[in-house]
Amino acid sequence: MEENAISLKEISKSFGTVKVLDNVDFDLKKGSVHALVGGNGAGKSTLMKILTGVYSHDQGTILVDGKPAEMKTYSDAVNKGISLIFQELSLIPTLSIVENIFLNRELSRFRVLSKAKMRTRSLELLAELGISADPSMLIKDLDVGVCQMIEIAKAMAVNARVIIMDEPTASLTEKETETLFGLVGQLKKKGVSIIYISHRMNEVFKICDEISVLRNGKVVAHRKTADYTMETLIGDIIGNKERKAFVHTSREDQISDETLLEVRNLSMGLRLQDVSFRLRRGEILGFAGLMASGRTETLEALFGVQPSDSGTVILEGTPRRFRSVQEAIRAGVVLIPEDRRREGLVLEHSVLENLCLPNLNALMRGFKLNRRLAGELASDSVQELKIKTPSVQTVMEDLSGGNQQKVVISKWLKTKPKVLMMDEPTAGIDIGAKAEIMQLVRDFASKKNGVIFVSSELTELMAVCDRVLIFQKGRIVGEMLASQIQDEEVLQHAIQH
Amino acid sequence: MLSNIKRFDLSKYMAYIIFVLILAIFALWLGERFFSVNNILNITRQTAMISIMAMAMTFVIASGNIDLSIGAIAALSSLTMALTLQATGNVALAIAAGLGVGALIGFTNGWLVASFGIPSFLVTLGVLSAVKGAAMWSTNTAAVPIENEWFNEVFGLGTIAGVVPVLLVWTLVSTAFGYFVLNYLPFGKKVLATGGNVVAAKYTGIKVKNITVWVMVISGVAASLAGMLYAGRMQTARYTFGEGDELNVIAAVVLGGTAMSGGKGSIIGALIGSLLMGMISNGLIIGGFSVSQQMIIRGAIIVLAVVLGSLGNKRKMDKA
Repeated sequence: MEENAISLKEISKSFGTVKVLDNVDFDLKKGSVHALVGGNGAGKSTLMKILTGVYSHDQGTILVDGKPAEMKTYSDAVNKGISLIFQELSLIPTLSIVENIFLNRELSRFRVLSKAKMRTRSLELLAELGISADPSMLIKDLDVGVCQMIEIAKAMAVNARVIIMDEPTASLTEKETETLFGLVGQLKKKGVSIIYISHRMNEVFKICDEISVLRNGKVVAHRKTADYTMETLIGDIIGNKERKAFVHTSREDQISDETLLEVRNLSMGLRLQDVSFRLRRGEILGFAGLMASGRTETLEALFGVQPSDSGTVILEGTPRRFRSVQEAIRAGVVLIPEDRRREGLVLEHSVLENLCLPNLNALMRGFKLNRRLAGELASDSVQELKIKTPSVQTVMEDLSGGNQQKVVISKWLKTKPKVLMMDEPTAGIDIGAKAEIMQLVRDFASKKNGVIFVSSELTELMAVCDRVLIFQKGRIVGEMLASQIQDEEVLQHAIQH
Repeated sequence: MLSNIKRFDLSKYMAYIIFVLILAIFALWLGERFFSVNNILNITRQTAMISIMAMAMTFVIASGNIDLSIGAIAALSSLTMALTLQATGNVALAIAAGLGVGALIGFTNGWLVASFGIPSFLVTLGVLSAVKGAAMWSTNTAAVPIENEWFNEVFGLGTIAGVVPVLLVWTLVSTAFGYFVLNYLPFGKKVLATGGNVVAAKYTGIKVKNITVWVMVISGVAASLAGMLYAGRMQTARYTFGEGDELNVIAAVVLGGTAMSGGKGSIIGALIGSLLMGMISNGLIIGGFSVSQQMIIRGAIIVLAVVLGSLGNKRKMDKA
């Protein structure tokens, strides 16, 4: 009996003159969870798109159950029992759960939909996967976490034997993540094999049997999870450089006693209750907590996105209340939002246009925009932040996640803010770019500015923050100095408790 | 959010509520002159073409597209039918030619949208002009009389059992067809999926390009059927048939609760929307308003109805 569900042999692929995959071998054992890790642009997504027929490959063979298989379209892959759980959810928001599960493979009798049968079958599936939801509910009324489960149910409805999960936990809460991991365990028992793509190393260690590391289009390592430690894995991914970014560098001496921003008794319905804190000049303040614990809510209240019910905000000694985003920006308080693609950038526009957007007033000469000034601002930004882009005219969509994020940060830095608030600034960004962004944050703070840094990646909080506030259910429940946090577990324990 | 789904979704029924409300207002205000079997049947007769095109437009809008060329298709189809009838005397052939023209133009619309990725708004705006021009050119803007009695009966003037107008029958048949296809055939789900999230639809293996072509063909054929009905009712074919209908049809579909953003659609809603529009015109005429006043009031009612519908939606979002 063939022990590999999938075997990719010597796969190569080039886009134009750029070789994105170079002789890649990848074996997925039946009933196992195999992690595929690597920086952005390492080739993970390309490899999976080749496996699922979205891209063609230049060289190499795909074996399914030991037999060579041709994947010309995504349907070919589905017919061979391979399903991809998409990073951007692939469900139709306006259709119901049952309609989504059976989309394009509707059960029908004499070509007329068998609605009752589909409902029964989806109830069975949902029960099997431990999902409690009425199949007639519309997707848009469901939480992201439930949607992810429905995606898996959709895959199971076509008897998927191989499921590819691309960053499945990116938008899940801790609890939903736990449920998902439980589900992964069940799928394994049923003999389903899973390819698990993630930037979150803790998850990889938790649920994966094997790990393959891609770097620059090559498989640089493939080992059993037990043979890896966090250290060695990160080493393999980044190729033993830029690791110091994840080590906390003490900046205590650069933090003054002067208060830059003070927040007193900030409240917003049930979502924020009595939040008070002080941000000093030169300080990087971390917000730790689970989703909806009040981290993002605090930032939104400060930035004037969501009106707060009560509370005082004192910036540089003057009480302020931002009723709109414009007021906050003018006062020097800016927010790097969580979802850069939706909230941070105009993806169809060029790097230059995006960089100019918050700085248009500064670029006006008389009644018109000064193109030379705009060009200078853009090339300045590209140089300062080492944004990798063919030109400032390149459309944002064509940049990698890390470089997109640098553009977002840069456009705000150009407004010369005093307080920089960042919400999950490193989500979906490769480790190299993460390191650069953290260094940026440190440099910015050192210039007597303040930073509020919100992240779910505790290692990052530990590396970059001078002080961390612990949020829970809309309140601040604890405070830790960088020196008090010996390891991630301490912090993890604090936010979970 | 699992707990509070079963709450009453007001926005979904807004079209029906407004329909009943306006019906009641007119009935109370105008009495017998408006609220009689005769006048109500009259309204269904006047709105039949809009209703039929609205059925098809529901598919188009639900798939995330729009079709502005339907009025022009109706005109050209009616002329094609009449000219073919004149030349050959064969009714069946004439009808087939008329419907064929609609299918062909619909296919062209769909093909241009699907193959070149041009927004359907632009494609059908261009096609509207070209088809209208062709309709005017075909007879040098002259009207073509239709002397076939059978055709005029079946496609316009006739009644069943002396009461039910054939135009109402055509409306009901096309609505039933649309309702069945949208709700009970896999095709309907694929249309909604294409409009709801085109990338997801593609990755589910739906051939979204084919779906686009098909909805435009349905729209083209429905428009040419409407053209036949105009011709049968007037016993003439004329290039002015269907002028401005596209906007009334879109308004009817939106009033019926189909979102312009695609992904959902209601065939019954579209019928109610068309009847609502017809009822408003009819009531205002009987009420003695001038054409200019009618236009203002009708416009205001449409905007108001859509605002009310979106209020229901917004409240839902706030709760979620």
